Amino acid sequence: MKKMFDKNNTKKATRDSFVTYGIVILVFIIVQVMVGTGSMSSLMQGLLVPLCIYSIAAIGLNLCVGYLGELSLGHAGFMCVGAFSSAFFTKYMVDTGMNENLRFVLAIIIGTLTAALFGFLIGIPVLRLQGDYLAIVTLAFGEIIKNVMNVLYVGKDSKGLHFSVSDASALKMEEEGKMIINGPKGITGTPHQASFVIGIILILISLIIVYNLVNSRTGRAVMAIRDNRIAAESVGIPVTKFKLMAFTISAAVAGTAGVLYAHNLSTLTALPANFGYNMSIMLLVFVVLGGMGSFRGSMIAAVLLTMLPEVLRGLSDYRMLIYAIVLIAMMLFNWAPKSIEWRQRHSLKGLFSKKTKGVQ
Amino acid sequence: MSFIAYLINGISLGSVYAIIALGYTMVYGIAKMLNFAHGDVIMIGCYVVFTMTSGLQFNPLLSVLISVVVCTVLGIVVEKVAYKPLRKASPLAVLITAIGVSYLLQNIALLVFGADTKSFSSIITLPALKLAGGKLSISSVAIVTVVTCVIIMAGLMLFIKKTKAGRAMLAVSEDKDAAQLMGVNVNGTISLTFAIGSGLAAIAGVLLCSAYPTLTPYIGSMPGIKAFTAAVFGGIGSIPGAFIGGILLGIIEVLGRAYISSQLSDAIVFAVLIIVLLVKPTGILGKPIHEKV
Repeated sequence: MKKMFDKNNTKKATRDSFVTYGIVILVFIIVQVMVGTGSMSSLMQGLLVPLCIYSIAAIGLNLCVGYLGELSLGHAGFMCVGAFSSAFFTKYMVDTGMNENLRFVLAIIIGTLTAALFGFLIGIPVLRLQGDYLAIVTLAFGEIIKNVMNVLYVGKDSKGLHFSVSDASALKMEEEGKMIINGPKGITGTPHQASFVIGIILILISLIIVYNLVNSRTGRAVMAIRDNRIAAESVGIPVTKFKLMAFTISAAVAGTAGVLYAHNLSTLTALPANFGYNMSIMLLVFVVLGGMGSFRGSMIAAVLLTMLPEVLRGLSDYRMLIYAIVLIAMMLFNWAPKSIEWRQRHSLKGLFSKKTKGVQ
Repeated sequence: MSFIAYLINGISLGSVYAIIALGYTMVYGIAKMLNFAHGDVIMIGCYVVFTMTSGLQFNPLLSVLISVVVCTVLGIVVEKVAYKPLRKASPLAVLITAIGVSYLLQNIALLVFGADTKSFSSIITLPALKLAGGKLSISSVAIVTVVTCVIIMAGLMLFIKKTKAGRAMLAVSEDKDAAQLMGVNVNGTISLTFAIGSGLAAIAGVLLCSAYPTLTPYIGSMPGIKAFTAAVFGGIGSIPGAFIGGILLGIIEVLGRAYISSQLSDAIVFAVLIIVLLVKPTGILGKPIHEKV
């Protein structure tokens, strides 16, 4: 325990975060050079923004799974909230003649804050409980959001906003009014404002926030709660408060990913494929494969696992099957007591330390 | 009259949820884990019956029996391969593994049976029961479902109260280490629990597919999640709780679909879950969990 608060350790954590920022910037420069010299296929260029989206969402989920130790199966739901709220704002403001860049920045902030608000509201009842409730409630939340988005109709005319949950004609709009959210058809015609540069900037901002959080007093409290809740409580750490804080930030980061998603496509609909359970599981695979608690790992896993199926087209049928097997194998290898014992016995480090002991 | 018809539909759907919820609640009570793959065992059970009756022209009753056996074996194998090595690991690791298993089963079914929707012909071919001069018609599937659920529930209660294996289950769920010291075969008991839960899942699957006759590799996940909601609603770990929670949830879902919004019925069910957790986290019949330091 003492080691954790060691000065060296803090230094190491800071260095670790700077290495991650460095890698992100390096990747950015390499990609820019490749695009500039024309040595990147258009398929790969189309993947750049989705890679940023998945990386950001995986960073958000890793904060929840790796540091808070709670499983969330609703991060796709938070992405959905972020995407819809920001796209709604953009569509609402699009005719007002507001500066495009300012509007996009505001959209990012609104999407992030709305997702944070939902995370907070869900966290209040659930994070008080122990056990696997958060997983099931966030899963339920994701499904609710997807359902609600498919029946929500919002239109705008000179009198203001009109809402309905039945159909478009129930809005009773004036002739010149326009639809903003059109039920299952979602939001169409959102300006395409997401770019690789913005994606990288958002990744860096998310990384700075999460690294500073986990290396702060708050972050240490969160980890203490994860490792032993009762002990943490007994030394006076307000458990629910810190859990709620970490979960809200995690949801907010996922919301940011959603904003990027909404502004990368001209049509935004809430389908099982983009904001459903599958998406949440995919994010979880990124986090588990990259290593729980390692933001760098999450990003690398997100990039690799998104690019691999595109490169190996033939495997696309087996992609999800492989993900499932990888998930189970990783868990068994990393967490089964027998496997941990085996690894300790056969690890190279152990071999070397035994030898040096023998020499002494 | 339509209200009574909806109510009966709700009880019938709720009975299916109750049977599935039994699997969740028993496994949770004994292994303290949320078996996410339970819903997908239902799906596998449905496909087995479908292949037997449509492909091989087997007798429906025999196909159900084969399906129960297949699912029981599947449950035991999954427990031995994926969950047993992690018994002393953190709950998060077990939960993620269970999700992996759920995904694996879905994708195996996808590869073996294809993604297209198969239409499941109901294996219950009795005529509907007409009441009140033909105004109220109760489908035979609904009657069979409710009767099956009651029989299973009663049988399971008797099994747990009266047999040695059942009492061993109670003991393990109370305290695993103490039970082991008293000579209870803990591993065997956990396997038995998975076997019973998975076998029941096969029956639930057949009843579900008889009422809603479409079959895809994903049909298991939604009823599975709802049944878990039912288990939490009734009090997780409690068998009568699973029954009450299942029936109530079925009624809420059907009435919500009929009177509020057909598209929002799932949202209503999940909203119930969040409200229950907010008001009474232990559920209707759940016992408060005492924390040990």
